[in-house]
Amino acid sequence: MNLRMKLLVVPCAALSFAGGVALATSPETKAEPLPKHVLPASKDGNLVLGLCDGETSMEVPGVKDGQKLTRAQAITATAQLMDDWRKKNPNANWDDVPGPVLAQATPPAAKKSPPPAPQPNPGAKPAGNDVRQGGVGAQTGASAVPQQQKANLQTGHTYGAYSERDEQVWAASVQETVKEGHRVFHDAEALGGTVGVSCDMCHPDGANTHPETYPKYQVQLGRTALLRDMINWCIENPVRGKPLADGDPKMRAMEAYIYAQRKGVKLEYGKH
Amino acid sequence: MANKFQSIETKHYAERDAFFEGLKKLDRRAFMRVAGISAGIVAGMGKLTPNSFQLVNVAEAQGEKPKFSFAYISDTHLYENKLNDRFVRAILKAVDDVNALDPQPDFVLFGGDLAQLGQAGELKLGAQILKSVKAPIKMMVGEHDWFLDMGELWKDLFGAPNYSFDHKGVHFVVLNSIHEKDFWTERKLSPMERMKIVAGLDNGIQSRFEVGAEQRQWLQNDLAKVAKTTPVIVFSHSPLYKYYKPWNFWTDDADEVQAILKPYEKVTVIHGHTHQLLSNRIGNISFHGMLSTAWPWPYAPEGLPSLTVPMNRADPFSQFDGCGDGRMDVLESGLVDKLYNLWQRDPITVRSAYLGSGGKQSAPPKPKLPTY
Ligand SMILES: [Fe+2]
Ligand SMILES: [Fe+2]
Repeated sequence: MNLRMKLLVVPCAALSFAGGVALATSPETKAEPLPKHVLPASKDGNLVLGLCDGETSMEVPGVKDGQKLTRAQAITATAQLMDDWRKKNPNANWDDVPGPVLAQATPPAAKKSPPPAPQPNPGAKPAGNDVRQGGVGAQTGASAVPQQQKANLQTGHTYGAYSERDEQVWAASVQETVKEGHRVFHDAEALGGTVGVSCDMCHPDGANTHPETYPKYQVQLGRTALLRDMINWCIENPVRGKPLADGDPKMRAMEAYIYAQRKGVKLEYGKH
Repeated sequence: MANKFQSIETKHYAERDAFFEGLKKLDRRAFMRVAGISAGIVAGMGKLTPNSFQLVNVAEAQGEKPKFSFAYISDTHLYENKLNDRFVRAILKAVDDVNALDPQPDFVLFGGDLAQLGQAGELKLGAQILKSVKAPIKMMVGEHDWFLDMGELWKDLFGAPNYSFDHKGVHFVVLNSIHEKDFWTERKLSPMERMKIVAGLDNGIQSRFEVGAEQRQWLQNDLAKVAKTTPVIVFSHSPLYKYYKPWNFWTDDADEVQAILKPYEKVTVIHGHTHQLLSNRIGNISFHGMLSTAWPWPYAPEGLPSLTVPMNRADPFSQFDGCGDGRMDVLESGLVDKLYNLWQRDPITVRSAYLGSGGKQSAPPKPKLPTY
């Protein structure tokens, strides 16, 4: 464990979800930076750890910033952070990771109960499939989880605890990016072109862009190229524009559009 | 690029150019010797010099002798020179090609899509350039010429978009096959919005191409006076069959048009719009697509006629690869051998015997690089 690292113990899906929304609502502007958790500095120069809820943090007494935590110290620290989070979110959904012994056990019916005491090592002591109703709401898809359990699915896994609605929201976010890519791909001006040429003029529906063959050795360039290298090649040459930076939202959106046209096509990187 | 990297293709062409340069200085005996030694390069030799296709007849002497030939230039998609000179350079190259043909073709078909967005500056530039073609020009209209002003200026410049003529025993018909049902009025689109939608191959807002009832009637009347044994050659911008609807590689009333052509024994359709090597045969009708001078289209993901031997996919690093012009040799029989003069490659001939035999004879060379 290293200094000022965030412990990835609490619903990280929520965090990436927030990022997705930011992209989805502003596809044409610069991509908004993902939320950042600024940790308070320790007066005594102690190591400060942050939780991935983006709010909770703690000092580790006796460990200076820059020093490494022992495994035992790390377990104690994560338990404390988890405890803090549970106190702040008494009604939140939290699927404790089931121990190996209970992996095959029939899950108990969903029940409402105060959060159990934090387990220093959730894997060591079986915590069961403690899925609660209610809590923070639809975002975490909690209501879908018991149904999934009845369907004899693997449970007790926060990462997978999302609902159909979540999936729809996420798909819409992806689609928004693809749509923006479609726009740029078909618009000479958006591409920064100067000669009235847009990508679709040679690649209707993204045809013959074969993204599934990248990375590959691009003979004409004399090196291995990624799809974005070829997008930029086309932007510079037939389109007569300026190449886009790797992280340029237009580049990202066009990659999304091009890949979206090839759904189901076998990935064959390196193919000529 | 600035010569920083040189593609193997570029090197190949440089070598090939040097080879052909050398050939010009040889007498016939030396020519044969070099030809024997350089078997690899000779696969593409004896057929043409690198930038024209005058020597084609030499290698084709074994085929049926043509009664006459005509050339074509198609799908030039001109922007005004000040915006984009690339497509202008391409049409000039094609004009040089057809003017260099010896013997000269009886006429040159222009296959449609002269302009990119139907604008006056584009159409007039095209008209100006085509004036320097030595042989007579037969004009055909494409959707890129039409949908800004619904053909007003095109008709001013070039006359009626559908007409027929007889030449050396063959009846020629030129159609305007890029009509579309009105998708613009209800949407309150401006003429330029309408034009740009039609210009987008994958833009699904537009309607599909059609010849239309009125013109079909005209065709019927026109053909009524033609003997069933007379060879008929139809020029159409859209393919006159159904290839791939989402890209308008499609003629909605193709079945009806084909039915009108069916009673005639020898029918050939020469079409533009698809910018690729494309061959088909439906009943008694042979179909040949034309190359574009501006850019090649990829093959559609489905619907490719089984008789088509597709061309290698184009090298994106080469401006003219996959582009070109061509020539049609009308044989004594009234059937057509179609020569694709691909600018950065060896030419390919699709013979009437190939289509007539259902692909059993005279097959054109197979591609090495399929499109995706
Ligand atoms: Fe065209
Ligand atoms: Fe066209």
